[in-house]
Amino acid sequence: MGMNRREFFRIAGLSTLMGLGAKSALELVFPGQVEAQYAPNAKGLVAKRWAMVVDMRKVNDKIAQACIEACHSIHNVPDMGAPLDPKDQLDPELKIRREVKWMWTDHYHNAFPGEEHDYTEEKVKHLNFLVLCNHCENPPCVRVCPTKATFRRPDGIVMMDMHRCIGCRFCMAGCPFGARSFNWRDPRPYIKKINESYPTREIGVVEKCTFCTERLDQGLMPACVEVSKGALTFGDISDPKSKVREILKTNFSLRRKQHLGTNPQVYYIV
Amino acid sequence: MAEHGNYKNEFGWFADKPTVKARFYNAKAVIVGLTIFLVLVTLPLWKNLGKVIPAPDPKLDTPTITAMKDKKCVESKEFMKANHMLLLVDWREEVVRTGNREYTATDGQKYNASLSNTCMECHSNYSQFCNSCHGYVGVVPNCWGCHLDREKKKLAKAEGK
Repeated sequence: MGMNRREFFRIAGLSTLMGLGAKSALELVFPGQVEAQYAPNAKGLVAKRWAMVVDMRKVNDKIAQACIEACHSIHNVPDMGAPLDPKDQLDPELKIRREVKWMWTDHYHNAFPGEEHDYTEEKVKHLNFLVLCNHCENPPCVRVCPTKATFRRPDGIVMMDMHRCIGCRFCMAGCPFGARSFNWRDPRPYIKKINESYPTREIGVVEKCTFCTERLDQGLMPACVEVSKGALTFGDISDPKSKVREILKTNFSLRRKQHLGTNPQVYYIV
Repeated sequence: MAEHGNYKNEFGWFADKPTVKARFYNAKAVIVGLTIFLVLVTLPLWKNLGKVIPAPDPKLDTPTITAMKDKKCVESKEFMKANHMLLLVDWREEVVRTGNREYTATDGQKYNASLSNTCMECHSNYSQFCNSCHGYVGVVPNCWGCHLDREKKKLAKAEGK
């Protein structure tokens, strides 16, 4: 029954070898079977850190509207001002308070509060800045989310998991950019044309821009970038040779409320 | 012993164990009330007594499935019957949280892990497929609050006409 030291070492050594070698052995016999069944799409775009540059010199109202329209239509974002059925019409005040938006325009003094002064350049003062979720490096929304429904992906995208959202709206309080919208009511009666390949949201969840993760996985650029006629640039900011880095290197750029320390990753060129 | 009586509790000694006569107070009202309660609670049983509710029969006759040469789901029929909800939860976690959108099935075939696109592409008959069983057993999965069953849109379209 007893086991001497030599025998114990022999068995221990053999088991260690088997444990270490089992995976590679199985990999040889059944290639690809031991690994998980899930993999990212091979065509998908990958980056270490996604970022966007908005060149306001090229953005006019038409392009801004096209970007917003492209984003909102493919992501089934409701237009609370335009219900399909007239009986769902909201009060003028509620139209604003119940608004759901992923991308919108704001004036300089709203988009960059504290930067304006009495003698701000006229052109900049009246510019309609195209604004969206900044996909911060240090996102306060993620920090306050009690269910980890919103989280930061390794590639920097601040993503929403609608399945986990309990609608507490802490993230909306946390976000200094107003980039998040709450669904106060069922959004479906307010969606002009539903895109069936993308889910809608339901009452009681918070939504925002996701940098089009579903499009990146198909190897496509975000919808707004695609229709922006070169005004928006999207790329890997950690790659020194990327287009975004090139633009930032040669132009003066602004970020929204960077003094708050969230390290936003949407850059503006004025 | 004798002067104390033969029964003691926390108040002292007593000659006999004090007894409370068992009485059924408000017997009439209680019995009537209980009867009404029992009838109400078992009402669904009485209502459906003798009725035969047909077993669910999920239909697989959507245009996409009919057009398929090799009619098979992502996994085997038995697996899907028992585990489709677990598979969907796995897909959800992998896609949303990890970004793994490609699912390799047991037979090596690769699928886009998506309820809205992969599943509903074939099973576009929500009321005859999904809901035939879910309705029968009374489960209400909350998929459809956000994900679109392709059926409703067609109905809305027809109504619009």
